[in-house]
Amino acid sequence: MKRVYLDNNATTPLAPEVFEVMRPYLLEDFGNASSIHWFGQHAKAGVEKAREQVARLLSARPSEIVFTSGGTESDNAAMLGIVEAARGERKHVVTTAIEHPAVLSTAKSLEKRGVSVTYVRVSASGVIDPGDVASAIRPETVLISVMHANNELGTVQPLDEIGRIARERDIYFHTDAVQSVGKIPVDVEKLAVDLLALSAHKLNGPKGVGALYVRKGTILRPLLHGGHHERDRRPGTENVAGIAGLGAAAEIARAHLAEEHNRVAMMRDRLEAGILANVPLVAVNGDRAHRVPTTTNLTFDYLEGEGFVIAMDLRGIACSTGSACSSGSLEPSHVLSAIGLKPEQARASIRFSLGRFNTEEDVDAALKILPGVVEQLRAVSPHYRKEAVSSQPSAFSKS
Amino acid sequence: MSIAIAMSGGVDSSTAAAVLAENYSTNPSGPAHEVVGLTMQLWNQRRLPKLLGEEAGEGGHASGRCCSLDDVYDARAVANFLNIPYYVINLEKQFEATVVRPFVEGYLAGETPIPCSLCNTEIKFAQFLTTARQIGAERIATGHYARIRRNPETGRYQLLRGVDRSKDQAYFLFGLTQEQLAHSEFPLGEMTKLEVRALARARHLPVAEKPDSQEICFVPTGSYRQFIDAYLAEQQRQPESPAGEVVSTDGHVLGEHQGIQNFTVGQRKGLGMAVGAPLYVIALDPAKNRVVVGEDRDLFRSRFRVREVNWIRPPASGDAVEAHVKIRHNHPGAAARVEAHGSCEAFVEFHQPQRAITPGQGAVFYDGDEVVGGGWISQVL
Repeated sequence: MKRVYLDNNATTPLAPEVFEVMRPYLLEDFGNASSIHWFGQHAKAGVEKAREQVARLLSARPSEIVFTSGGTESDNAAMLGIVEAARGERKHVVTTAIEHPAVLSTAKSLEKRGVSVTYVRVSASGVIDPGDVASAIRPETVLISVMHANNELGTVQPLDEIGRIARERDIYFHTDAVQSVGKIPVDVEKLAVDLLALSAHKLNGPKGVGALYVRKGTILRPLLHGGHHERDRRPGTENVAGIAGLGAAAEIARAHLAEEHNRVAMMRDRLEAGILANVPLVAVNGDRAHRVPTTTNLTFDYLEGEGFVIAMDLRGIACSTGSACSSGSLEPSHVLSAIGLKPEQARASIRFSLGRFNTEEDVDAALKILPGVVEQLRAVSPHYRKEAVSSQPSAFSKS
Repeated sequence: MSIAIAMSGGVDSSTAAAVLAENYSTNPSGPAHEVVGLTMQLWNQRRLPKLLGEEAGEGGHASGRCCSLDDVYDARAVANFLNIPYYVINLEKQFEATVVRPFVEGYLAGETPIPCSLCNTEIKFAQFLTTARQIGAERIATGHYARIRRNPETGRYQLLRGVDRSKDQAYFLFGLTQEQLAHSEFPLGEMTKLEVRALARARHLPVAEKPDSQEICFVPTGSYRQFIDAYLAEQQRQPESPAGEVVSTDGHVLGEHQGIQNFTVGQRKGLGMAVGAPLYVIALDPAKNRVVVGEDRDLFRSRFRVREVNWIRPPASGDAVEAHVKIRHNHPGAAARVEAHGSCEAFVEFHQPQRAITPGQGAVFYDGDEVVGGGWISQVL
C-alpha cells in the first residue's frame, strides 16, 4: 500500500541532506563542544555554524540564538524566564486562547504562581485582532505571547502590529513560531519580537532540538541550572548532531522558501478545492487568506473525526483530527472551540498538513480515497441519515 | 473483508487477536482479509482521583485497571507483535451515559446492577460495531468465552456457552441482537482458559503471564460504594437524606441505615446490629428508603419478573418454556418455567426456591449450552 503523509504539522520527515550533515557528529566528530581539544573544537564549530544558519533564517544575530530541546522548552524558557526576571510584585501576561499547549500550560502554571494572565479571544477567522491585545494590556503587564502560525488552522497572526504595540508600551513580546519558521518569511525585526520559539522537526530537521531567539539585551532567567553552555542561557552538553541538523534544515528552508511556499500552497489549494467540490456539507475553518501554505482544516458535518483518521490510515493516508496532543482525550480542540465551533463540529474537523516531500500524486491519492471514506462514515451516522433525507444541514449548521 | 478485534490488553483478547491474525493471514482464497486491533478508551481513571490514592491525584495514573495507560500499552505491544494495525478509540462519553450512570442509578434505586452486560449490549456490540463499520470493517471480534452458531433451518443465530464452562461469558451476552450476533466472532469460544494461556505462551505474546482482571473495570478500588460516593460528589448530587430505616420482614423498625445503595440482597455483613440469629438483607425498598432484613431462609424465593427481555431464540407465541435459569454470573442455574409476557417482559418461576434473587442482576435462560434469552431482574414476587 502506498502511504501518503499529510500530517506535517505534527512532524516532518528528516531531509536526507540534513541527515548527512548530522551523521559525522554522531560518529567521528563526537566531541563535547566545551572541550579544549580537537574533538571539542570540531563539535563547537558545528554548533556555531548552525547558530549562524538559524540566525540567518530569522534575520537575527547568531549571539541571539539559544539552542534547546525543542519548541516546548523554548516556550517555557521564554515565558518563565521573562516573568521570573521581571521586577514588581504584581505581574500580568497577555496571551491568546488559540496557543499551543506549550504556551497555554505554561501560562496556567504562571497563574498558579500568582501571575495574572489574560487570554485574548479570537473570532471565527482564527486571526487575533491586535486591538484586543492592546486593550488587554495593563500597567503591570510584563509579557505578551502570541503564536505566529496556528498549528491546527494554519492561520497567521499579525505579529508585526502586535509587536509594535508591545514595543510602544515597553513590554516583552514572545512568539511561538514553531509552525511558521521555514514555511513563511520570519524576520524578527519586521515582526518586532523579543523572543521566538522554533523546533527543528517541523522543518525537516531532527526531533529533540529547537531554538529560542532572545533579542540582545533581554533579561531572561534561565529555566535550567548547570554549566555555562549557551552563554549561561541554557546549560547542558550540546546536542551537537541535532543542532547541526537544525542548522542544515534552516539553511535549506531559507534557500527554497519562496518556491516551496508556492509549490505547497498550490497542492494544498488543490486538495482543498477537490474536497469542497466532491464532498457535500464541508467547510474550511479559519481565514483562508491568512494561512501558512501547508495547512487546511475542514469540518465535515456528521463525521466522526477519530473514525475518519483511522479509516484513512487503513487506506494509507495520514491526517489528523484536533491536534495530535489532544487526540485520545475527549475534550474538543480548544482552538476549534475558540473559533466558535460546537463540540460535535470540532470532533468532525480534520487537518491536512503538507510539506516538502509531498507531491501532486499524494494529493491525487487523498482526493481519490477521501469522498468514499467520508460517505462510509456518514452512512453509519444516525443523524446524517435523518438529515440527508430532508437534505437540510440544520442540526449541524454553524451558529 | 476486515474484522476489528476489541483489545483490552488482557490475555484473552490478546490471544483472540493472535488467533484471528493467523486465521485471516493464512486464508489465501477469497478477498484480502485484514485484522484491525482497537482498544476502547471507556473511562478516565484520573477523573475521580480520590479513588486512586493520594499520589495519583495529579499526573499519576491507575495501573492494572480498565483503560489504564498500562493496559493500552499492553494492547499496543500485542498489536505490534502481531503486526496488525492498532488504534485507541475514545468511547468515554457513551460509556458514561449508557453504563456508568445506569450503574449508579441502579444502586440508588435499590438494585444491584451488573455493568458488564450493559457494556456488552450498549458499548462492545453496539458502539464498537458502529465504529468498526465507520473504519471499514464488516465484522467484530472479542475475547469472550462464548460461541455463535447459525441455525441452518431457521436462519437465526444462536448464542452458546464457551466450551470452558468455568469461564462461561455467554451469561453477559444475553442482550445481543441477531444483527450483532451475525457480525461478531468469538475466537476463544472453542478453547479453555488453560488452552488460551498455553497458546499465548506458545506464541510468546507479551501478555502471556498477565494476571486475569477480576473486578468491575471502572471501579479502581474494587469498592463500588466508594465509586458511587465519589461519582455523586463529582456530579454534585449527594442524596439529601440517604439515611432510612432497617426493618424486619414483618415491618418492625430495627435500626437505621446510611443509604440503600450500600446494600445488596443476601448481604450479611455491615448491617451494624447483632440480634440473635444472623440477619441478611432480604430486599431493598427505594420508595420507602428501607432495608428489609430477615433470616437466611427468607432469602429463598421462586418467582420474579424480568424486564427488557431479549429472546435470542424466541418462544412460540404465548408459550411458556422450560429453561435452566441463572440469576447471577456465579449462580449454577436451576430449572424454571419462563413465561413471556408481551415482547419485552417475562415471569420466571423456579421449581425449587433459589437464594437471593436480586433485582438489577441478569436472569439468563439456557437450553443446554444455548442461551435462548435473558433480561434484567426487576421484581421478586
